[in-house]
Amino acid sequence: MLDFCLRRLAILILSSGLVFAVQAESPRLTITGSSTVAPVISDIGKAFEQTNPGTRIDVQTGGSSRGIADAREGRADIGMVSRALNDNENDLAAYPFAMDGISIITHASNPVNALSRENTIAVFTGKITNWKALGGPDRPITVVNKAEGRSTLELFLAFFQLKNSDIRAQVVIGDNQQGIKTVAGNPGAIGYVSIGTAEFEAEYGTPIKLLPMAGIAPTTAHVADGSYPLSRQLNLVTAGPAGGLAAEFIAYARSASVNALIGEHFFVALSSAK
Amino acid sequence: MHEVTVTRKKQRWPSDALMKVMLGLPALAAAALLLLIVVFLVYEAWPVMTGRSGISLLDFFRSDGWYPLQEQFGMLPMVWASIAAALGAMLLAVPMGLACALFSQYLAPAWIKGLFNSMISLLAGIPSVVFGLWGLTVLVPLIGQWQPPGASLLAAVLILAMMTLPTVALTSRAALAATTPSLYQGAAMLGMSRHRILLGVLVPAARRGILGGVLLAIARALGETMAVLMVAGNVVQTPASLFDPIRVLTANIALEMAYAVDQHRSSLFVSGLLLMAMVAILAWLANRMSRSMAHG
Amino acid sequence: MADRFFLLTLWLIAGLVTLTFAWLLGDILIKGVPAISWEFLSQAPSRAGRQGGIWPILVSTVLILSVAICVALPLGLCSAIWLAEFTRRDGPLGRRIGLALDILAGVPSIVIGLFGYAFFSGFLGLGFSILSGGLTLACMMLPILVRTAESGLTAVPDEWRHAAAALGMRRGSVLWHVLLPAAAPAITAGLLLAVGRATAETAALIFTSGYVDRMPESLSDSGRALAVHIYDLSMNVTGGDQAAYGSALVLVTLIIVINLLANLLSLYWAKRKVTLA
Repeated sequence: MLDFCLRRLAILILSSGLVFAVQAESPRLTITGSSTVAPVISDIGKAFEQTNPGTRIDVQTGGSSRGIADAREGRADIGMVSRALNDNENDLAAYPFAMDGISIITHASNPVNALSRENTIAVFTGKITNWKALGGPDRPITVVNKAEGRSTLELFLAFFQLKNSDIRAQVVIGDNQQGIKTVAGNPGAIGYVSIGTAEFEAEYGTPIKLLPMAGIAPTTAHVADGSYPLSRQLNLVTAGPAGGLAAEFIAYARSASVNALIGEHFFVALSSAK
Repeated sequence: MHEVTVTRKKQRWPSDALMKVMLGLPALAAAALLLLIVVFLVYEAWPVMTGRSGISLLDFFRSDGWYPLQEQFGMLPMVWASIAAALGAMLLAVPMGLACALFSQYLAPAWIKGLFNSMISLLAGIPSVVFGLWGLTVLVPLIGQWQPPGASLLAAVLILAMMTLPTVALTSRAALAATTPSLYQGAAMLGMSRHRILLGVLVPAARRGILGGVLLAIARALGETMAVLMVAGNVVQTPASLFDPIRVLTANIALEMAYAVDQHRSSLFVSGLLLMAMVAILAWLANRMSRSMAHG
Repeated sequence: MADRFFLLTLWLIAGLVTLTFAWLLGDILIKGVPAISWEFLSQAPSRAGRQGGIWPILVSTVLILSVAICVALPLGLCSAIWLAEFTRRDGPLGRRIGLALDILAGVPSIVIGLFGYAFFSGFLGLGFSILSGGLTLACMMLPILVRTAESGLTAVPDEWRHAAAALGMRRGSVLWHVLLPAAAPAITAGLLLAVGRATAETAALIFTSGYVDRMPESLSDSGRALAVHIYDLSMNVTGGDQAAYGSALVLVTLIIVINLLANLLSLYWAKRKVTLA
């Protein structure tokens, strides 16, 4: 009985000992925000740590809004935001470092190769519910929409001038990959995801197909030269102009040395665009 | 006349008194933890619950739909969805889990028993993400071939049943294993057939443990987030058929908490409280049933 | 013959369950085995996890689990023993605490995650850390442990307690030598369930132990758990599918190892049993 308690006490002491042990004295940067941006910033952070030994870049997710809130309140040094800042976010300094486009995707077996703007709106608002009305097979359309609050959704709605309550969706997804997997598993599905992701998956063999927007083919090249109409900036934000380690990191993320990393995540590095 | 002297009960071993206190403290700590969580939930949900910010509690059940950015917070379809998914999962998992426990404990030959038990224990540990991933890539397209869109109440029910069955099976097996062997032997001596012994004698004898397992399973089903988020479709509507896409309360919290502010955030916490209330009622019912069972 | 029919049904159900799970496990195996290699297990992730390995993530996961078990197991066992042995089964205090624990078991995991973020990470100031994640998981594990340990203990027949009292044994000795070994299978089942719950947890850990996939240097560092890694790779990172399935396979193997350990522990404990028969 006594040794049972002693053992428990020892465990407690040991664990608290570990807590107060090695606290990093090295300069540390905390970055939180969009889960779309987190993987690429995580990679850039690792590259930064290698070129600046002794620094630590901690990347956390939580959504673009979390990034903005944390940057404002000082809980994070830098926030990651997957869209341009709104008017009421002018107290923050935004440093775009990459661009991303949004493409409409359908299943690869779907014979419909392009949709006009009116038809796209009709499909997403539930006025057209079967592919045969668009020259396709007799199959119900499964509309895949993004959940509220995602910047992808906001951009999509803004582009087509719709409200979220106008959309009649059969499936609502959270992250990009869920959208890809949903469309890939359903021959009658239509959705919209990040272009880079879709390009990669289509090349990799996933049965999806990208549809052109307003006649422009959805490729990262077209996002890079600015001709693709539905694109967005990926931003690093700070409360007030960035200084110190944060400024160094942001400069690094916007430099040409990380272009390859950004390309690996299928975004377009701003320093290489236009 | 006899004088009855009442002697004070002396503790034979002082360590027993010490132990009672030392063991009671953690139990109280656990209860205090619950209190803390409830306080936290209520604190976060408070602005909306008092109606000060313009919504009353009834609005949650009256509004036309869940469009938080347009200040509509109709929660009812999601409540029905949560209940339907959990109930459907239980209808599958409880009988099948119990059957697995009976099979493993009384029916399986020794070499199968070990493998089967290991498999069930293994399944208890598979993360919800993996279930969700399998559901999204295998189950949903399969259901979709039968009836689009595939991501539906049925998918949620099936995945939840798969996830909670090990809980029911493991706890039922432990409960059955803890029954005295003389019960089985006595019943067999009476000439009862196997199924009578299992269903009529052993299961009732183990019912407290089994009920505990079922309660854990329901709690898990109601509280499951990730897997249901991946396979259920996440459309806010009251399910009219098994093939309708649904959004459960937990998936709603997961999808929206990241960007929710003020009223919206408080509403999400209200839905969390609602879920807790549902489980609390179930737990209380189970408690009462268990007590009446103890007497019967 | 109703008997035959019933037994046949049992066999069929067991078979159906086995088949379904074989399907699931087979899927993981087929898609995950190509990703497994020594580099995968021993290196740090690179290219957002698509290349490299999962070693730091494995370390973080084990650390988080250890913290959770070290906190939840003693707390849970003590509570279960207190509830089962030192309170009247129908007494008010015992019942209320029992009810409180049942309700705790029903709090959705994401809510506990939010609570962990607000309380452990925020109020107690632990920030994004393994400690915070472990403590949050302990909250989730606690009710399962208490509930199953308690049923295990109450299932032990009273005659054993009476006989021990008649022998003049201290209650502590009765507990250690008689009751706990007898309840060992139930406690083990509860521990396995609780650990399974903990390793499966994703949403709660994203907010508390975080996203950083570097090797943690102390318990106060942020560390990515395996389930979080699987989620990120499959849902967020383009081209991360193969690594996701590989990680899932590793996680399943980890569960098997934990199960084996727990069963060995249970056997050891049961052997210490002092029985009347």
